[in-house]
Amino acid sequence: MATASPPLLAVEDLQIRFHTLRGVVHALDGVSFEIARGESIGLVGETGCGKSITARAILRLVDPPGRITAGSIRFEGTELLTLDRRAMRTIRGQKISMIMQEPKVSLNPVMRIGRQVAETLLIHDRSLSHRQAEAKARDMLGSVSIPDPARMAQRYPHELSGGMAQRVMIAMMLVTRPRLLIADEPTSALDVTIQAQILDLMTDLIAEIGSSVLMISHDLAVVAETCDRVIVMYAGTVVESGTVDAVLDEPSHPYTRGLLNTLPDQVDPDRPLQSIPGNVPSLLAPPVGCRFAPRCPEAGPRCRRETPAAYDVGAGHVAACFLHADGGVA
Amino acid sequence: MTDLPGTPAVLDRAEIRRLRRAARYRSWGDSYTLWRRNPITVAGTLIIVFLVLVAAAAPLLATHDPYNQILSDRLLPPSAEYWFGTDNLGRDIYSRIVYGSRLTILIAVLVALISGPIGLLVGVLAGYVGGATDEVLMRLSDIFLAFPKLILAIAFAAALGTGLENMIIAISVANWPGYARLVRAETLAIRNSDYIQAIRVLGASHARIMLRHVTPMCFSTLIVRVSLDMGAIILIAAGLGFLGLGAQPPAPEWGLMVSDGRNYLVDQWWVSTLPGMAILIVVLGFNLLGDGIRDILDPRQRQG
Amino acid sequence: MTRPADDLLLEVRDLHVDYPLRGGLLQRRRGTIKALNGVSLSLRRGEIYGLVGESGCGKTTLGRALVGLAPQAGGEITFDGVRLPADGRRDRFARKIQLIFQDPYASLHPRKPVRELVGEGLLINGLASADEVDGRSLAMLERVGLNAEHLYRYAHEFSGGQRQRIALARALVLHPQLIVLDEPTSALDVSVQAQTLNLLKELRRELGLTYLFISHDLGVVRYMSQRMAVMYLGHIVEEGETETIFERPQHPYTRSLLASLPSIRHRKQRHKAALQGDPPTPIDPPPGCPFAGRCPKTQPICREQNPALAPAVGDPAGGGRDHRVACYFPDLPGEG
Repeated sequence: MATASPPLLAVEDLQIRFHTLRGVVHALDGVSFEIARGESIGLVGETGCGKSITARAILRLVDPPGRITAGSIRFEGTELLTLDRRAMRTIRGQKISMIMQEPKVSLNPVMRIGRQVAETLLIHDRSLSHRQAEAKARDMLGSVSIPDPARMAQRYPHELSGGMAQRVMIAMMLVTRPRLLIADEPTSALDVTIQAQILDLMTDLIAEIGSSVLMISHDLAVVAETCDRVIVMYAGTVVESGTVDAVLDEPSHPYTRGLLNTLPDQVDPDRPLQSIPGNVPSLLAPPVGCRFAPRCPEAGPRCRRETPAAYDVGAGHVAACFLHADGGVA
Repeated sequence: MTDLPGTPAVLDRAEIRRLRRAARYRSWGDSYTLWRRNPITVAGTLIIVFLVLVAAAAPLLATHDPYNQILSDRLLPPSAEYWFGTDNLGRDIYSRIVYGSRLTILIAVLVALISGPIGLLVGVLAGYVGGATDEVLMRLSDIFLAFPKLILAIAFAAALGTGLENMIIAISVANWPGYARLVRAETLAIRNSDYIQAIRVLGASHARIMLRHVTPMCFSTLIVRVSLDMGAIILIAAGLGFLGLGAQPPAPEWGLMVSDGRNYLVDQWWVSTLPGMAILIVVLGFNLLGDGIRDILDPRQRQG
Repeated sequence: MTRPADDLLLEVRDLHVDYPLRGGLLQRRRGTIKALNGVSLSLRRGEIYGLVGESGCGKTTLGRALVGLAPQAGGEITFDGVRLPADGRRDRFARKIQLIFQDPYASLHPRKPVRELVGEGLLINGLASADEVDGRSLAMLERVGLNAEHLYRYAHEFSGGQRQRIALARALVLHPQLIVLDEPTSALDVSVQAQTLNLLKELRRELGLTYLFISHDLGVVRYMSQRMAVMYLGHIVEEGETETIFERPQHPYTRSLLASLPSIRHRKQRHKAALQGDPPTPIDPPPGCPFAGRCPKTQPICREQNPALAPAVGDPAGGGRDHRVACYFPDLPGEG
């Protein structure tokens, strides 16, 4: 659907390095993807695969010792990496906002929540009066299903449960009707019954506003239920991407297959779980060629020599694996 | 001795020795990298190493006898003969500063060695045992903390009588409550941590947990604090010396020297200023070093 | 109980754990947090018993009470026929009951090498002579997949999965009979979780261990346990064989919990959240069923008296002899 108009967000060949005590960490290498208008994309992978830093890079929030060393991030055609600070600030929060994993940490502990939501509005729209902003904030709290918003607006974050705090975060982030919402593990700190509520809420609100979503999660099931497309990352690279159905029903990268097989609810309790042998490689000296090759059951000599490009395996479904390239892995 | 099933693995002694050595090198290597990474730490370390070297080599570095009075040469400005000039009794200020470094180190180290362990003991006990013990120990330390350190040290020095030893005791008495507070706060955080709970689950007694598991954790915090405090200790010692409550003349104690020169500050600035500069540099050195030690001892710094 | 007594390793009866809630200027007692409000369960020798529930339901407190880390306000715990002291002293039982903590990043002393972490329990309990400690520690480390190279390393040098293995070795070196696993894999990535769960299963078989497996992850509990209990607000609301609970849950809470679970297989049937509102706090809870406030089927009686955990009835499939549910109006199979 995004073939005619340019994508909302285009990340191209993004590279991030961290300079640490033990050397240079190759945190992200050659990461490219696009998000179309109104589309929701899941970014999945294990700890350290680079999914969170990718999200932070989009908002230019990579802190030292990390640095974006190459690549391009274009939002509505504007290059974000070279944008001046002031212009970047107007994009942050207004056009792209971000929901964090720990809502209680992300909220200001000494400000009433109604004020906090209003504050977000005031930052981006100076024509609003305080009174108008507070009224809008209360409406927004109501639309994230916070009971009795007028009274709740007077509360402080510590008086809220985790689920309520996450609703407030969502209200804050969506009150400016951003074009893109980045949600970094928005429900990982919540219980499953609350998680279900929050996911419903996000899905409904986003459909209403028409934002695109970049949902970062380690939980494939959450992404499966809420996203249109999914991007699987491993050790700082994108290994597979495509529609949720294509990737989950016909995983084409051995890593994705391995990841799906390790889920306990996918197998019979009497059989041992399949696991991916070995450990995630150190990104101080990532393996030459495919970064998954040392753990891959199907790796051939070519995998340890060359870095695979993204090969097409079906409609919009690509996998960075030589199994799908001409000449194979040999 | 044992009724456990299974057999212990056989250890290759040489291999174990190699591993232990490797672990030590790794740890030293990390410490060195962390140290080197911060130029401020390096500067602090160099100042303190310099101080220690000066103290050790005082007889070689001094150009004159620090006690020798040549009244005909009194209050001379810095010159080739007297590098830092002379004081009101005609003593060579440079040589006195060089010898004074020994006193400075002695005071700082002894105060640290007395007040540190007391603070550690009181703090761990109060924090770990809690309840009435905690109340009593902390109210006691509150009484001490209610007075500025210098005032407290002056009171104790005055009560105990003048002299270097009494001054060291007085400063230590004024110093430990701060450490006890710090260690108590640290202990409170540590005692509820999972890793201490885990040791309780192993069946460890409270004494064992306090001694072997809580104390070592507090140790590094304390070392950082003490090294940051070294500067303050030296300043208090100098203050007491200045007031005549510390080291007594003719000892080449820096505070005392600053005091001696105060009548000549306008015309013979070097008499007070140069020992004052020595105090300033050393205090700065300890502060910089303390900051650096904090970074080096923090295990989180080693993660990456 | 009608089961033969020698079958049971652990029996918990009517366990209560209260924490005082203090506040205000003088830290006056303002209320009581009823973390456990009359919990009874029993573990058979050699089984894996799953305990699920959302945060604050008391599952972690139960695990901690077993190893003496939570103040017991009432009830009794019998382990291997011996009643455990209610004051939390477990010196004599430390080597029999061990606990694995949820967060392997917090449960290992940051300034002790692995050798001391693992050997400490042997020394404390006088189970090995000084020159035997390292050998025994190493044997167990090797069993969980580590080796001599790791003896002199510190916790911060390991990954999460490796740390959890060290914690396991620390517990196993004492050859305990019961291990309480408090969310042992929830801090780990899925691929590491799979390795750890496999290891736990192997170890149980080889060493004849019994596990109390606490988790909020229903998928993991289904894979791991033979029997399980569902907790809500300090109570067990349903108990039974794991398959029975998953296939034919009867308590409305259990049903909502299962329905809330996102799933890869059934992603197309994305449904609305089964349960509205937040769980209530366990501070001075009102009488009646703990779930009454959120339950779709609440009747007046639910708010008056707490239903007892009673054998489930009306399950045509037999439901397993252990299926028990604490509800006046259980969802009977075939109802919807």
